[in-house]
Amino acid sequence: MDFISTHLLSLILFTPAVAALLLLFMPKDEPRLYRWFALGASLVPFVLSLIAWFHFQSGEPGFQFEETYVWYQAIGSSLHLGVDGLSLTMVLLTTLLTPLAILASFSITEKVKAYMMLFLFLEMGMLGVFMSLDLLVFFVFWEVGLVPMYFLINQWGSANRNYASLKFLIYTMGGSLGLLLAIQLLGVLFGTYDLITLYQNWTSLKPNEVLLGMSVQTVKTIAFWAFAIAFAIKIPVWPFHTWLPDAHTEAPTAGSMILAGVLLKLGAYGFLRLILPLYPVEAKVFAGALALLATAAIVFGALASYAQTDFKRLVAYSSVNHMGFVVLGIAAAGLASGTEDATIALNGAILQMFNHGLSAAGMFFLVGVIYERTHTRNLEEFGGLFPLVPVYGGILIFTSMASLGLPGLNGFISEFLVVRGTWPILTGYTVISMLGLLFTGAYILKGIKKVLHGPMNEHWAAARGEHRLTEINTREILVMAPLMVLILWIGIYPAWILDVINKAVVMLF
Amino acid sequence: MTTETLITWLIPLPPVLAFFLIVLFTNRSKALSHTIAVGGALLSWLGSMYVFWRALGVEHLGEHPFESSINWLPLGDTWLKIGVLVDPLTAVTLFFVAWTVLMIFLYSVGYHNYGQPQGDHDHKGLPPHGATVEEHGHKHVVPSVEPMYSRFFAFIGLFAFGMFVLVVSDNLLTLFVGWEIMGLCSYLLIGFWYAKPSARDAAVKAFMTTRVGDVFMLLGIAYLYSVTGTLSVRTIFSEEILHTLDTIPSGFLGFSTAGLIGLLLFIGTVGKSAQFPLHVWLPDAMEGPTPVSAMIHAATMVSAGVYAVIRMFPLISLDERTMTIVAFIGAFTAIFAATIAVAQNDIKRVLAYSTISQLGFMIAALGIGAYVAAVFHLITHAFFKALLFLGSGSVIHGMEHGVLHTGNHDVDPQDMFNMGGLKSKMPITFWTFLIGGFALSGFPIVTAGFWSKDEIFADAWGHGHTAVFITLAVAAFLTAFYTMRQITLTFFGEPRTKEAEHAQETPWTMTLPLVILAIFAIGYGWFGIPEHFPGLGGLVPNWLHEFVGGTLAEHPEAVVFSWVPLITSLVVALGGLTLGYFFYRDVNSPVEDKLQIGFLKNKYYFDEIYDTVFVKPAYWFAENIVYKFLDQGVIDGILHLFGPGTQGIGDSVRNYFDLPVINRLIGDGSADVTYWFGGKLRAIQTGRIQQYLMLTLIIFVVVGAALYFFVLA
Repeated sequence: MDFISTHLLSLILFTPAVAALLLLFMPKDEPRLYRWFALGASLVPFVLSLIAWFHFQSGEPGFQFEETYVWYQAIGSSLHLGVDGLSLTMVLLTTLLTPLAILASFSITEKVKAYMMLFLFLEMGMLGVFMSLDLLVFFVFWEVGLVPMYFLINQWGSANRNYASLKFLIYTMGGSLGLLLAIQLLGVLFGTYDLITLYQNWTSLKPNEVLLGMSVQTVKTIAFWAFAIAFAIKIPVWPFHTWLPDAHTEAPTAGSMILAGVLLKLGAYGFLRLILPLYPVEAKVFAGALALLATAAIVFGALASYAQTDFKRLVAYSSVNHMGFVVLGIAAAGLASGTEDATIALNGAILQMFNHGLSAAGMFFLVGVIYERTHTRNLEEFGGLFPLVPVYGGILIFTSMASLGLPGLNGFISEFLVVRGTWPILTGYTVISMLGLLFTGAYILKGIKKVLHGPMNEHWAAARGEHRLTEINTREILVMAPLMVLILWIGIYPAWILDVINKAVVMLF
Repeated sequence: MTTETLITWLIPLPPVLAFFLIVLFTNRSKALSHTIAVGGALLSWLGSMYVFWRALGVEHLGEHPFESSINWLPLGDTWLKIGVLVDPLTAVTLFFVAWTVLMIFLYSVGYHNYGQPQGDHDHKGLPPHGATVEEHGHKHVVPSVEPMYSRFFAFIGLFAFGMFVLVVSDNLLTLFVGWEIMGLCSYLLIGFWYAKPSARDAAVKAFMTTRVGDVFMLLGIAYLYSVTGTLSVRTIFSEEILHTLDTIPSGFLGFSTAGLIGLLLFIGTVGKSAQFPLHVWLPDAMEGPTPVSAMIHAATMVSAGVYAVIRMFPLISLDERTMTIVAFIGAFTAIFAATIAVAQNDIKRVLAYSTISQLGFMIAALGIGAYVAAVFHLITHAFFKALLFLGSGSVIHGMEHGVLHTGNHDVDPQDMFNMGGLKSKMPITFWTFLIGGFALSGFPIVTAGFWSKDEIFADAWGHGHTAVFITLAVAAFLTAFYTMRQITLTFFGEPRTKEAEHAQETPWTMTLPLVILAIFAIGYGWFGIPEHFPGLGGLVPNWLHEFVGGTLAEHPEAVVFSWVPLITSLVVALGGLTLGYFFYRDVNSPVEDKLQIGFLKNKYYFDEIYDTVFVKPAYWFAENIVYKFLDQGVIDGILHLFGPGTQGIGDSVRNYFDLPVINRLIGDGSADVTYWFGGKLRAIQTGRIQQYLMLTLIIFVVVGAALYFFVLA
């Protein structure tokens, strides 16, 4: 037990990778074994992060469960792990969604071993970003997460997967380039990549100092934009978003779940962990521009979603819309950091990250359920499915409503907090973003109308064999159940998670 | 926490538990499902009655309400609290909500043909079409049970939960939660028969139209919260905060903060209570089953909009200009909807427009500051309009019976011109409908509608709002007229179709709620007879004014009695009723009806206008501009330049540097040079020893000479 409590984070982080390596040595052609093993292996980090959640002292400042290992001493980089309320929430989201995504992948029949290995490596990459307190390690994990996702889309995706996976990889790498440069810059300047040391030294820089032949101001601005663009692509902020609908739509179901559920949060997390604390001045100067882009994401994301005829693309665009609220909250906090409004906006933004993780993963999974049966995502071919799949229909309406932000479910709390926090700071943008909220209703209802409602669908009622439209099965309900419980729970009593977030926000910003 | 507040916390829970129980466990058993749902409604009713009764016993309840709150959201250093509040307004609202909800739950059992056989070819998502049964050797068709019977009870359970949450909330946030849950249920219930394209579209329309109002309301709540730091109404209504809100300008068109917040909140009400210009969803919402219409469009959800304005009255009334807007919207809606109702032939649509109009009365009353009158009319309207809707459902049911009997499914059982003479076929329905209709018309003295409407008139006149007074008087006249038109066409004269001839009275589960609601439609008026009313005034204390008026910090003065509003009210009610009867006594078909004016029949073409101006352009913009032009054209266009761009750079490097310089010049060039030398030197590789020796000798001499001259010398 002692070993577990002192190595909690590294256990959470590396269990998936070790499991993936073990998978490599398993006998050939045993897909059932791979599936169950991967599921079991992904449950370990989940249980461990629950332990971390319950042992976490939310009232204490700074990072907890810290661990430091020698990694690259020559350039002052070490494997430094630690979590606070912000990252722990994201770790919990990751370790929760991964087993569900693996369970959702039980219907994968091709190259199961490779698939499961990639998934576990992916989990490690994501967790590493959230846990690392060393910029270089942060970057390494940032990139580690990319590769498995590329192959997941490229190998198990649908028709247009080559284009989508390439676009995803190149685009994100393009962003990473600046990120790496900016990180190097910091490393050279301070001789360390350790985030906590950087936090302290960075703000103590005097404005008239000269670094590497440039004024501090220039260095900071360059580094700010390098970070901002990398994270903006990942979130994605409008107009860097067009990789998202392609990647989400072409990825296999579980890939989309993780993409929407966790990968998008990496960008927002970068904003919160690095940009706001390191560049408060620049954040304040450019908050207006960020808010503009966030509002564009909210409004255009909703409109673009409304215009889709592909069910999965509709859901994909909804992510642009929802993540826009996260960015809007961050922009407001950048503009007025330290005020009560900013605290509320950030509470909303972080909770929205968690909430969107739940509802978007659920929505993508539900799209996948129907796609697996009908082999189409074209909304025009659906309609009138409710009598054929009543349970599925009920679950779809429930999850859609969470996505719509219905009060009583989780999305409302976070959207309300963002709106409440940004209203006094960015009134105009908040008003315009309401247009997006209105169209959120339009596309969600369009989805339900086009899939479930309408005269009974004779085509799918009569379909037999491979294309037979069967009711959602127990395994699939098991994937949805935890998501639905959390959606409802956070909607009714959000304090259990919001308290942790709130304390972290108060201490951090 | 006292017993009263504990019970208040618990009031909303039974229906939502019923919802979960039905959805998760009992949806296969019809009997169990409706037992749970009606039982849940009954428990909430008991709780409400207990709280109401306890509230009656408290002196100055407005100052010492039952209240209790808990921490809900941690934000910064403070918590956002939520809780329950029972002040006089809550108490009277709980009373009518609990009654109407219970009645509607009970009615639904009969309405959905419980106990009848399964339909011959009924589908989920469509209304039941009837079942063939064999009795005494011959076949006949009887009504069949609703295929989604359990689901209906689950939905209305969730709906009731939303309404109770809204009523008992002490803060705007949970009020909004209840508000939106009802919005969802309204969507689900209007689209209950989702396989009908008309129902499906009506559901989406209702949700989207009300959502327009909701996003404004959300802004209003956020605004209020940022300014005051609280959402609890009692805290907001403290003198200090109200003063702050009143004095800080909002910076928007000269409104005070209170005025702008009030306006934003009011827009929410415009959506929810179907006021002009967001009224378009309510008539289409008649696609839902009739109990739904009664519950959503009469007793609860649309009332919730008015309730919210009443709740926020101390805030809204601070700014004159907001009040003027409220009064204008209300009065305009009242007369506007009444003119449309005159030309409708669908029995439920008449009631739908009537509801819009009556809600306009309440809104107008609030706009002129007639607080108690608005509450009074809200309550009486909930009773008599629920009664009318349920009555119309009963009529439709009776007509459907006739349709099943004749087997002619082309006859629309909701068209009033297919009815006539139902008075003798359905006596209970007739008498209760008559009471409801008279209450709606404001038939003097005996009906509750008279007293509440009279109070609005008196207030408008007494406080000098002549324009509002005249508008509402005309609207009231039209109300009486179309109501009598409806009653005459439906119940009087001879049956105009075979189906009407075979109409039958409905079962007790449907008629009992009618009778109980009819009692309220008459009796509730006695609680609000003005003190100075000639003859009757003072016989019964004006309890409602005393009690409800106590909600406000400053008890509103009763208006001075005047004959003008009283006579107006008598003339418009009796005049409208009489005219309506004589006008339609002999009308037997739409052709003979002189008021079937296209403009009115088509509701002033609002649906068409909105469709052309908002809905279609929005979709066009979304599809063509945002998605195809911006995303796929511009952004992806730029991105796609990177591919060819990079390739172009690569190609140039290859074609203009790699190939000519590296490959050709350096790589191939060095080989060429070597080759050239090799070629030249080949000439001396002859293979003859003599020549090699000769060459050796020459080199020896040359090298020796070079050494001698350059090194040794």
